[in-house]
Amino acid sequence: MRKGARVRRRLVTVLLAVIAAILVIPAYAAADDQGGETLSGQIRDPETVEGIEITVSRDGDEIGTATTDSDGEWEVELPEPGTYHVVLDQESVPDEYVVAETPGAEFDEVEVRPGQDRAVIFRLALPGEEEEEESEPSPTEEGAEPGADGGPPEEAEEEAPAAPEVERGASFSTRLLQTTLSGITFGMIIAISSVGLSLIFGTTRMINFAHGDMVTFGAMMALMFSTGMVFTAVPLVVAAVLAVVLGALLGGGMERFIWRPLRHRNVALIQMFIVSIGLALVLRHLLLAYFGGTRVRYDEFQLQSMLTLGPLQITPRDASIAALSVLVLVAVAAMLQFTRIGKAMRAVADNRDLAESSGINVDRVTLYVWTLGGALCALGGVFYGLNQTVYWQMGFHLLLLMFAGVILGGLGTAYGAMVGGLVIGLVAMLSTLWFPVELQNAWALAIMIVVLLVRPQGILGRRERVG
Amino acid sequence: MDFIQILAEATRTAIGPIAAIYALAAIGLNLHFGYTGLLNFGQVGFMLVGAYGVAVTTSTYELPLLLGVLVSIGCAFVLALLLGLPTLRLRADYLAISTIAVAEVGRLIYRSTVAQDITGGVYGLQQVAGDFYAWNPFPSGSYGIDAGAFSITFSARDVWVMTVAWAVVLLASLAMYVLTHSPWGRVIKGIREDEDAVRALGKNVFAYKMQSLVLGGVFGALAGALMAINQQTVHPDAFMPQVTFYLWAMLLLGGAGRTLGPVIGAIGMWFLLTMFDGLLRDVSAMGLLPGIAGGELGALRHAVVGLALVLLIVYRPQGLIGNRKEMLVNVK
Repeated sequence: MRKGARVRRRLVTVLLAVIAAILVIPAYAAADDQGGETLSGQIRDPETVEGIEITVSRDGDEIGTATTDSDGEWEVELPEPGTYHVVLDQESVPDEYVVAETPGAEFDEVEVRPGQDRAVIFRLALPGEEEEEESEPSPTEEGAEPGADGGPPEEAEEEAPAAPEVERGASFSTRLLQTTLSGITFGMIIAISSVGLSLIFGTTRMINFAHGDMVTFGAMMALMFSTGMVFTAVPLVVAAVLAVVLGALLGGGMERFIWRPLRHRNVALIQMFIVSIGLALVLRHLLLAYFGGTRVRYDEFQLQSMLTLGPLQITPRDASIAALSVLVLVAVAAMLQFTRIGKAMRAVADNRDLAESSGINVDRVTLYVWTLGGALCALGGVFYGLNQTVYWQMGFHLLLLMFAGVILGGLGTAYGAMVGGLVIGLVAMLSTLWFPVELQNAWALAIMIVVLLVRPQGILGRRERVG
Repeated sequence: MDFIQILAEATRTAIGPIAAIYALAAIGLNLHFGYTGLLNFGQVGFMLVGAYGVAVTTSTYELPLLLGVLVSIGCAFVLALLLGLPTLRLRADYLAISTIAVAEVGRLIYRSTVAQDITGGVYGLQQVAGDFYAWNPFPSGSYGIDAGAFSITFSARDVWVMTVAWAVVLLASLAMYVLTHSPWGRVIKGIREDEDAVRALGKNVFAYKMQSLVLGGVFGALAGALMAINQQTVHPDAFMPQVTFYLWAMLLLGGAGRTLGPVIGAIGMWFLLTMFDGLLRDVSAMGLLPGIAGGELGALRHAVVGLALVLLIVYRPQGLIGNRKEMLVNVK
């Protein structure tokens, strides 16, 4: 074995061990506080607004505050039923809006019954009389604009992953730690989803543009089973397992019935890229047509009390996601490193012709790679949906970050995808400490472009002569 | 709506300003992919800077429209350099990924609150056409065929935009014809076929690729500028990556590597899409599509574009007028 590879392997092993050590936090049995009383609401008029602060108090004592997340949702947990006073902080409303006259920014007596999850509705309006003019000046050629009229209205919404919910007042170091934590969680999700992308590239030299939509597929399947849209509702854990199985079937099926025949017809690689884009469009919009364009959350694991670990706060849900992601990544790495099929996968990814001439059944290995990739995608989709929300473009937006991660780590290497994904997740989240949340994906992609400039083969990639 | 009306509406869209705008952007893509072999999946990024070049100049700074068009071209030039410098020396697949990423980063930046003072952020900009409609030589009224069910009419405003847009398409096509039949064109076609062979002949492949990227990007920016003028408003979310995929579908439908390929592709694609929309609406109104409501019909249309891309590549990679041999080049 080449020296470089040995060093790389040691590096990967150490890295995985370190990640595992940091992240395997004692995940308490998820204690859902679904019986408790809460006040919640969503600020979405005229569009979802993030960062509005809402304070709940009773008899002059503050009970709790909440800040709307990227979906405009907020929630305050209450100690007991009773009558509460809810105020929206006018200072936190972005300049382009004002609080609507009715119902106003303050509710004096909000009665909460035992066990109730009471919704409180605040409305925003555009200042002055401009409301009429601001509403979409209608283009003359209606129905002729693919981007503008194709999907439902949600299409125009921006889908940056929610920023870590940290109180504004917290000290910088606390925010740094908290953001790092959510960055690692997000990075793991990217890593899980992109291992398949990298391996598929390695074994077939093809960039699978449909990979992101395979993530959406997984998340949507889990949603379908867990809400009982077909058959009966099953617990989310079972639904996730079913989604992973279906994801594996989708990946394997695509290889068996689309890519393998195309390869045997000697279709050129560029043409294959375009086919994968076409498949991505088909998959994404079929999912959109059947599941609609609204953002949905899984029913389970939503209202959870924060676990406090020193200065850090994390919900048991996110802690479990992180811990499970570590387990999965370690398992995949162990599989690639020690099993026969794993070694075969890496061999084919390294050099297809050489692997074939040493007796590896390349077609079969490729099928396994696609199946593995599909399963991991679906799992990543369920995690991403749990961590954020499920909606039809989630995969496409994750795809760009997966590309960034894969290129960062080195196209075609599984371990590179893991490291790259983690770095991209961290960069995206950490950038929110200094820069606007809406630009976090832009920073992640910018990192990728910088890496292309200075080290085109990526962190763990091997240098290839090009140009 | 009966079939004749659907047909009339489809014809109207196929010769309307939007088709011309897409044809122009697809001509740029044809130079990139059809002649040079560059996998540009971020053509919408050039349209974005083109549209905002005009919009910001006329709306934010209230300067003349023609200056705005120059700004658009300048922006496309800069974007092509930014895009090309890191990626053109790399393999084709890197260019594919980074173009799609750069276009998306551009959209995120233009719609961010940081840039809101200049670009209007998520609200976009309005009243961006400057004096364009004041120059309209056509007296107001309606133009076209009005024959009962099969009626295709345009307002004077549409006719003016169409005249300008199709004239630009014609000029761009002529320029492409001349360019691709020049020594320069033979070199870039050589790059498409075998980059190393061209390099061995002592040509600076990187420089040729960059020139092609810049020129095709300028066509894309002009298309964006026309789009801004046509709609008199720009909005960042009109420049989603799907637009690029539509352009690819058009280019491949018409035939890449042919001067008229993108033009025929754009006309054909808009005709088919509008017809498909009309038929789907009819079928849905008859209640034959249970479980799919009005808003989701648009989603099905995108799915059909995807399916068309797949089928075209598998069964007719050369498109309507392309040369099959030219399009089956395998990239290593």
